Amino acid sequence: MRLNILALLASVVLVSACAQDQDISSGSSGTGTVASTTGSSSGSGVGSSALEPGSKEEFIAEVGDRVFFGYDKSDLTSSAQSTLDSQALWLQKYPSVRVTVEGHCDERGTREYNLALGERRASSVKDYLVARGIDGGRISTISYGKERPTALGNNKGAWMQNRRGVTVVD
Amino acid sequence: METSLLRLEYLKIRTFCLYFAAFYLICQSSHAELRIDVTQGRADPMPIAVTIFKTDEIKNENLGKKISTVISANLERSGLFAPIDPKAFLETSIEMDLRPQFGNWRVLNAQAMVHGAVNINADGRLNVQFRLWDVFAEQQMVGNAYFTTPKNWRRVAHIISDLIYKRITGEDGYFDTRIVYISESGDSDNRVKRLAIMDQDGANHRFLTDGSDLVLTPRFSPTMQEITYLAYYNRKPRVYIFNIDTGQQEVLGDFPGMTFAPRFSPDGSKVIMSLAKNGVTNIYTMDLATRRVRQLTQSPSIDTSPTYSPDGSRIVFNSDRGGTQQLYVMNSNGREVKRISFGKGRYATPVWSPRGDLIAFTKMFQGKFFIGVMQPNGKNERILADGYLVESPTWAPNGRVLIFFRQTEPTADGVTRSVKLFSIDLTGYNEREIVTPLDASDPAWSPLNP
Repeated sequence: MRLNILALLASVVLVSACAQDQDISSGSSGTGTVASTTGSSSGSGVGSSALEPGSKEEFIAEVGDRVFFGYDKSDLTSSAQSTLDSQALWLQKYPSVRVTVEGHCDERGTREYNLALGERRASSVKDYLVARGIDGGRISTISYGKERPTALGNNKGAWMQNRRGVTVVD
Repeated sequence: METSLLRLEYLKIRTFCLYFAAFYLICQSSHAELRIDVTQGRADPMPIAVTIFKTDEIKNENLGKKISTVISANLERSGLFAPIDPKAFLETSIEMDLRPQFGNWRVLNAQAMVHGAVNINADGRLNVQFRLWDVFAEQQMVGNAYFTTPKNWRRVAHIISDLIYKRITGEDGYFDTRIVYISESGDSDNRVKRLAIMDQDGANHRFLTDGSDLVLTPRFSPTMQEITYLAYYNRKPRVYIFNIDTGQQEVLGDFPGMTFAPRFSPDGSKVIMSLAKNGVTNIYTMDLATRRVRQLTQSPSIDTSPTYSPDGSRIVFNSDRGGTQQLYVMNSNGREVKRISFGKGRYATPVWSPRGDLIAFTKMFQGKFFIGVMQPNGKNERILADGYLVESPTWAPNGRVLIFFRQTEPTADGVTRSVKLFSIDLTGYNEREIVTPLDASDPAWSPLNP
C-alpha cells in the first residue's frame, strides 16, 4: 500500500511533465522520475534497480497498478487519470506486454449490480488507456464485482480501497 | 439421481372423499373448521400432536420415529404450528384403522392430531400411511398412503407435512422443496465459493462444485433438474447450466462479454440474463431449444437482475438509467418499461412472487440494507428484514415465506464476520436461521418437487 501511495504521488509529478510534453521520450524520463521518487522515499535506493524492466513487479512498483473510484462511480478522477497516463507510457515502452484490467467494487452494493459496475469501471480504465494510444487488443477486462476486496474493514477507508480498477500485467 | 428415480404412488385411503364430504357438512352445521389464517402475523401457533408412526417390525421402528420427527420439525419451523412434546402424550401407539381416543388429546389442548404407520412390504417397498384429525370435532381432516423406496422416507415426510399444512391453512405447502446456494469459506479477500444443494430443512446437503473456480447466483429450472449460475471458469465470467442429475455443465451461448444474473423463464424454455460489454449492461434472453438470442433492453446504463412474472408476461429488473439503482417492470418483449420503486434509497434484486401478487427486493438506504416487498405497481412497500448487509430474497413456492442471506458487520480489522441464510414469513415474523455447514449466500428456493 505504501508503494502505491508513493507511486500515486509520483504520478502527479509525472502528469505535469506530460502536460508540457506529450512525446514518448519525455514519458520515459517521467517514468524515471517515479522510480527515483520511490527509491529515495523508501530510503533504500535499491528498489528500482532490482526490478526486471517490463515485468509485473516493475509495473506495480514504479507505475502503480490501480486507480480508485467514488461510491457507485466509474468516472476517472484526476489522480486516476495521472496514474493511467503513466500506465500508458509504460505500456508504450513495452509494446509486447498485454494486460487485464480488473474492475472491483466495495461490499456496500448488491452482487449482480456490482458485477456490472465492476465491468463499467474496467471499461472506463481500458477506454482511457486506448485513448492514450494503447492498442485495445492488448487490454482485456474482467469484473469481480465485490468478490475480491483488498481491504476488509467495515469503514469508508476500506470501501474506498476496494472500489478500484487494477491493471494486471498478463 | 434420487429425484429422477423417485416415483411416488398416491393411494387414497378408503372413502377419503366421503370423509371429506361428511366433515364439510358437520362443519357447516355446528363446528367451525380448524384453520390457520396465514395472513395473520402474530397468531398463536396451533398446538398439534404428531405421534410416532406405528411400525409392525421392530427393525422399522426408527423410521416411524424419524418420519414423525421430520413432520414435527417442518410444522414447527413454519411458525404456524406448535407441536406438543411427545413426552406428554397419553397414547403413544395408535392403530391406523382405529379412531384416536380424542379425550387423551383434548386434555393436552391439541387442536389437531397426526398418526400413521410405516411398513416395508414384501417387495421391499416402503409403505407410509397417515391421518390428520381435528381433535375437537373428532373428524378426520385428511388421510393418505404412499409407496416408494425406503431411501425416500424423508420426501414422504415432507409430502405429508405439505398435506397437513395445506389442509389446515388452505395454502400449498413448501416442505418438499430444495435450496441451492453458494457455500462460502476461507479468507474474506479470497473466498472459496461452491455450489451447494440441500433439502429445505438442511438435510441431504451436497456440494456440486469443488471450489476451485468462483461461482455465484445459482437458480433452479422449473423442473428442478437444472441450475443456471455464474462461473469464472478459465477466468471468464459466463452463465452456465448445471444438470443436477448428470453433474454436467455447459456454458450458455457465445457472448462477446460477461454474462451474468441468469434466471429461467417460468416455462423453462428460456434463460434471461445480463450481458456487460464496454461499460454497458443490458438484458437478453436465450431460447434453450433454438439458442436464439434476443436483446430486450438497449440502454447506456446498467440493466440487470431480471426476473419473469410467474405467467411469463412481464419482467422486473433493476437499472440505474434514472441515476440510481431502481426497479422497473416491462413486458416480456422489452416494451413499455415503467419504473415502480419511488421510495427513499436504492432498490435491487427484484424477484416476482410465485403467486404474482408481490415483488421482493433488496433496498439500500442510509448505510443499511433491507429485504422488502411491494406490489408489482410499486404500491404498499413493506420492509421484512434488515441488517448490515441483507440481500438476495427468494420465494417459497407458495409465496408465503422468503429466504435471504445476511452478512454481519465485520470487525474493524475485517477478519470476523459471518454470512448465513435466514427465512422469514411474509408477515415479517418468524425469522429463522437456516443452518448450513459453512457460511452461505445467494440462496434460491426450488419449486415444489414434481
